[in-house]
Amino acid sequence: MKQLAQRLLGPGTLVALGATLWLGLGVTPPDRVQGDLARLVYVHPAIAWVGLYLSFGTATIASALYLWRRTRSMTTDRIAHCAMEVSLVFIVLTLVTGSIWGRPTWGVWWAWDARLTSTAILGVLAVGYLALRRANDDAQLRARRSAVFAVLAAINVPIIHFSVLWWRTLHQGATVFSPDRHLRIHGLMAWTLLLSFIAFSLAYAWLVRARYRLEVKREASVGETLESALTRRRAEGAR
Amino acid sequence: MIAVALLVAGKDLRIERRSRVLLWQVLPFGVMALLLCGLALGPSRAGHSSAAPGLFYLVVVLVALLMINRSQYVESTPGTAASVATLGLDPAGVFLGKALALCVELWLTGAVLLAGSVLVLHTALQGTFLALPSIVVVLAGLAAAGTLYGALTSGGAGPATLLPVLCLPAFAPLLIAGERSFSAALYGGALWQWWLVSLCALVAYLAAGILLYGVLQES
Repeated sequence: MKQLAQRLLGPGTLVALGATLWLGLGVTPPDRVQGDLARLVYVHPAIAWVGLYLSFGTATIASALYLWRRTRSMTTDRIAHCAMEVSLVFIVLTLVTGSIWGRPTWGVWWAWDARLTSTAILGVLAVGYLALRRANDDAQLRARRSAVFAVLAAINVPIIHFSVLWWRTLHQGATVFSPDRHLRIHGLMAWTLLLSFIAFSLAYAWLVRARYRLEVKREASVGETLESALTRRRAEGAR
Repeated sequence: MIAVALLVAGKDLRIERRSRVLLWQVLPFGVMALLLCGLALGPSRAGHSSAAPGLFYLVVVLVALLMINRSQYVESTPGTAASVATLGLDPAGVFLGKALALCVELWLTGAVLLAGSVLVLHTALQGTFLALPSIVVVLAGLAAAGTLYGALTSGGAGPATLLPVLCLPAFAPLLIAGERSFSAALYGGALWQWWLVSLCALVAYLAAGILLYGVLQES
């Protein structure tokens, strides 16, 4: 069952993304005020959800589990690493799709807005995390340090989330739900939006799984290379 | 914990007093950076610009990064880490001690840079005095955050270049609060609200350091 689910993850993701594209671009009606520009709502919020919450959240939880002695293992470290890499990709995509929407709406590609700036800072933090990993050769030390950094960096996520409430921002507030928890989007538009969240979440799971398997193979190949080099040197010494 | 902190702080400050790196290298660099800021503004604007608080903190950050690297370098000399591990010192105390020593050094540097700011950027003396409590807290916060992030980068490849990438986002709340409260002290505004923000950031970094420094020191 587990194997079947893993096998279906890739095709399932492609089907869900294709359906989102078809519904978002072809079937749903344009917005009364923003016209076709509003179709970005089927991409941007879902990408932001994956990059800022799902992926960064996974990296933070995996890092916290690594820091806790009872659950400490290289598996949690690997998950944190892979999730952070995927998070960086999605944070960049969030900023790019936001800019594409911002240019015709606000008149600028970039504004010094609290949400935009704090999201960009999260991107820098993700880059810092990856740079920190590259700076340490010892696996245990690397895992420990990057776990501490990921947990500290996660403080930025609630700041991003609440930035539209704490500061006066250009970025709109909650789009899907009103402050009294009522749905603001209805009918086919709401279903397409929901499908986009599912599709991008599946894409995230697929990417992290693929990256995790690659990382395991990379680690094995590094160990193998070292072992074969040692064998070669021993053979040279014996001659 | 407090006894260990005082011991470590005393050790770091003695090293600094004997090596005189702060006096002959870091302070001249800070003063030079401040002069360059004045030059960049130009003679007509240097005395009247509202950028003075921001420029002061910009120089403080540059100086702090040098001092954090220096503080961690002291620990990375051969045998030091092993000696500290053998002594079985409380990691929280070591963190507090290193942060305290760095804080004292930053306060001394900050005093010189503030005097320079009054002379070069013509910040009002009364407003500068009013901003002192906020500057004291912000510099202590930079020392606490810097000690924690410095420990993250020490011993790895390129710690001097990696440190700013990791540190600057962490410094952001302190720097924003510091600049806003300094501006409020000079030109009016929400001085104490921003002071409170910097105090919260200081407490958060101290708590994070006390909790996590031990993990970084594990061998």
